[in-house]
Amino acid sequence: MPLLFELVTPARLVLSEHVHMVNVPGAEGEFGVLEGHAPFTTTINDGVIRVWRTAGATPEDIVVKGGFAEVSTTGLTVLAERVG
Amino acid sequence: MASLKELKGRINSVKSTQKITKAKQMVAAAKLRKAQASAEAARPYALRLASVVGSLASRVVLSDNSPRLLAGTGKDQVHLLVVANSDRGLCGAFNANIVKAAKLRARELAAEGKTVLFYLVGRKGRAPIRRDYPNAILGAFDTTQVREPGFAEAEAISAELLALYDAGKFDVAHLFFGKFKSALVQEPTEQQIVPVPTPKLAVTDGAVVTYEPDEETVLADLLPRYLRNQIFGALLENMASEQGASMTAMDNATRNAGELIKKLTIQYNRSRQAAITTELIEIIAGAEAL
Repeated sequence: MPLLFELVTPARLVLSEHVHMVNVPGAEGEFGVLEGHAPFTTTINDGVIRVWRTAGATPEDIVVKGGFAEVSTTGLTVLAERVG
Repeated sequence: MASLKELKGRINSVKSTQKITKAKQMVAAAKLRKAQASAEAARPYALRLASVVGSLASRVVLSDNSPRLLAGTGKDQVHLLVVANSDRGLCGAFNANIVKAAKLRARELAAEGKTVLFYLVGRKGRAPIRRDYPNAILGAFDTTQVREPGFAEAEAISAELLALYDAGKFDVAHLFFGKFKSALVQEPTEQQIVPVPTPKLAVTDGAVVTYEPDEETVLADLLPRYLRNQIFGALLENMASEQGASMTAMDNATRNAGELIKKLTIQYNRSRQAAITTELIEIIAGAEAL
């Protein structure tokens, strides 16, 4: 089961798709999110989000600034003020 | 009775006015579509942020060391009215309505013995508010340099407001803007922004959510962001409203000009016929006299 990953900025919904795994630069250290992660909310540092679309694929990097991440039972949502 | 030449001049001048109002109407219609689209696109972020702030704020118990943006200053004396207007006219009573709503609120607050201050966004609200409250303007934000106010402007405005709040310049802030209902209806709306009103709780899926580093820290981090986003939302609404109001006003103006042209043309033709008839009578009378 893939993970639903959504990246949202104030201006628009940047990304909303099913991916394998996402690595997020959380305020308390980087963390990876796979399907079925326990729900939690954290602020994130300015940095790079790594997205693996499928297992073993080359990761894709997205630079984000000023945001927080929310892991819920439905998936991972990253709200960032700036992307790219 | 105006002469034929004068009438012709007036018809031409009304015609060129009609061309301008028609062009402005079409521009507004195109811009409205864009403004509506960007307001639509901003919704997911606002919804998510509101639901997270809402669920956080309901967990945190207000105490002395909870964030001041949520708990307030403990006083209710100085009210800041943030009035967001547009920079351009030709949009009917849009700006006047927002200013009217703000002034009404200012009078109410003054009657309760509160101090009222203003912070003005956009060019069109400045003159009418400065006229009535020349000494109550705490600051103003100029949006004339940018084509359409966006997130960067919202960021600058909220940074300035937060600085003023931290300096203790005001206790409560209200935001005034035109809420977009439809192209025909824009509603002047008042919204409290500081202290941050707890958003109504959205649906929670019942799962136990943990917060990192902890609830207070996350909340303290999110509150300024929430404020920023509310201002951003208001700017977007305002932009759509302005274009909607402009479209309606210009549509009316174009129609009025059309009616005026019709009336003037009838008058012109009548006077022309009258002139011809008089001339004929003169000739016939002259011929009969011979």
